[in-house]
Amino acid sequence: MSGLRRVPAYLGLTVLTAIIVFPLYYAVAGSLMTDRELTTFPPALFPSGVTMQNYVDVLDAIPLVRQYANSIGVALVVVAGVLLTSLLSAYAFVFLRFPFKRTLFALFLLTIMVPGESLIIPNYLTISNLGLLDTFPALTLPFIAMGFGTFLLRQFFAAFPREIYEAARMDGCTHLRFMFSILTPLSRPALAALAIYAFIATYNKYFWPLLVTRTPEMQTLQIGLSQLQSLEAREPGLILAGVTLAIIPMLILIYFFQRNIIRGLTTGSGK
Amino acid sequence: MSVAVRPARRATGGGPAAAPERRRYDRREVLTAALLLLPSMAIFAVFAFYPLVRTFWLSVHANDLLGLPTRFVGLDQYVEFFSDPELRRITLTTAIFVVLTALPSVVIGVFLALTLQARIRGINVFRTLMSTPFGFSAAATAVVFAVFFNPAVGVFNGILRMVGLDSVNWLTDPTYALPSLAMVCVWSNIGYTLLVASAGLQGIPDELYEAARIDGAGRWTVVRKIVLPLLTPTMFFLTVIMTINSLQTFGEIHILTGGGPNGSTTTLVYGIYQSAFAYGGSNYGLASVQAVVLLLVVTAATWAQFRVLQRKVFYG
Repeated sequence: MSGLRRVPAYLGLTVLTAIIVFPLYYAVAGSLMTDRELTTFPPALFPSGVTMQNYVDVLDAIPLVRQYANSIGVALVVVAGVLLTSLLSAYAFVFLRFPFKRTLFALFLLTIMVPGESLIIPNYLTISNLGLLDTFPALTLPFIAMGFGTFLLRQFFAAFPREIYEAARMDGCTHLRFMFSILTPLSRPALAALAIYAFIATYNKYFWPLLVTRTPEMQTLQIGLSQLQSLEAREPGLILAGVTLAIIPMLILIYFFQRNIIRGLTTGSGK
Repeated sequence: MSVAVRPARRATGGGPAAAPERRRYDRREVLTAALLLLPSMAIFAVFAFYPLVRTFWLSVHANDLLGLPTRFVGLDQYVEFFSDPELRRITLTTAIFVVLTALPSVVIGVFLALTLQARIRGINVFRTLMSTPFGFSAAATAVVFAVFFNPAVGVFNGILRMVGLDSVNWLTDPTYALPSLAMVCVWSNIGYTLLVASAGLQGIPDELYEAARIDGAGRWTVVRKIVLPLLTPTMFFLTVIMTINSLQTFGEIHILTGGGPNGSTTTLVYGIYQSAFAYGGSNYGLASVQAVVLLLVVTAATWAQFRVLQRKVFYG
């Protein structure tokens, strides 16, 4: 193709991209505008100057730094838990012989099929009865095992050369040693995909943290953001500053780890 | 996928080579497996299997004002849910919301993925930027769109007024509230659908395009006769995932409309929340009925997905 014939392609893609990216652009640009600029007609699309006041204000309105730490801390704990529990159970399903294997695996699949929202009432009551409302275990404990994680790793391990496993076992390698010094290093792509998947899923959770947290100090960033919404009409700039801060880690993740994410996303789509 | 167990071959012990095909289980191996499965099974027992049974149980029991179950009422609360005019509406609202959200999410995602097939330099930059919505959580998406939807100074009404149309009360007019919510969710979904559709397209061998081109097929013909049929499994996967995803939508509704105006955006998930937790109500019985209905629909969709993949009914 000659250079000129590519112009329509670039033009079309640029227009589509601009429409899709507009909310991100507006969040960032708006967070730098004054509320006066944001509430004029026609709506301003470019900041006339740069003000950091919205960032100062949003940090006053909610304990954003603390909620940030909560969100990331909770997500990291869940990721660590999911990696470990999924590794152990996927290993058993692939490498070990035991009775009721199919039935047990079906139970794992069942947990993928059942939506968490359907279980939320008894789970809320369980957490409440255990006296765990408004604590970190309430935010992490129910999620440190994930049927999907076992499913994903099991598929990956199933392709692992059986000969290596048998040779290692012949040489007296224990299950744990085989798992952590041979299997895990060779399964890094699958583990990375699972880690990113679990991180995003946990970081973005909304319904559950809304129910089990009470104080702003225990709330996650998503709940903090929703609290800002009551200020929307009067202080849009403040909200947009909060959003900008909240989405930065996610955007970094998806922009830089796109390959791993796609691998996690498409497991089970038939490829 | 298949849940078939690997051929019975023992790794430990190493008995005689002529050992029978089906051997008894090695006790140590079974014990190891039990220990390895224990952490996951313990969590599932408390937070998945028990609540599953409990939700069904709660749905057939009436409860007092504090939510404590009082007596067995059989399917009465199901009958109430599907016959009471206020409650019956929830099912219809959910169905409309799913159609308005899932279908555009898939169609737009596939369309964008097709545009990203253009062989030009820098295409990966476009792909990365277009996947932006995937980085937005439900809460982040909802609060940004809340600013856009503002009737007086929001961008959407700004655009309408600029082209000479009347302003719209996006979230407070019962006619527009549900489509507005669907629009927000479609935007937040297309980052995901285009990434998955792109991955699907990359699985189609280049030779097919070349062959078609040599045979004199136009670009649109190639898309219609070759690309889309080969993309059927991916589109099926996306449709199921998006259906499930929209059935579970909560954050956007909670932040943008709170189920209103006049209940016009109360879907099943939001109905669960309202019956069980909002306005001081603890109607766990009615909420559990909705939880069971949601569960049956989502499980059926997921199960259909697994079945189709298992049979490898591809290239429809």
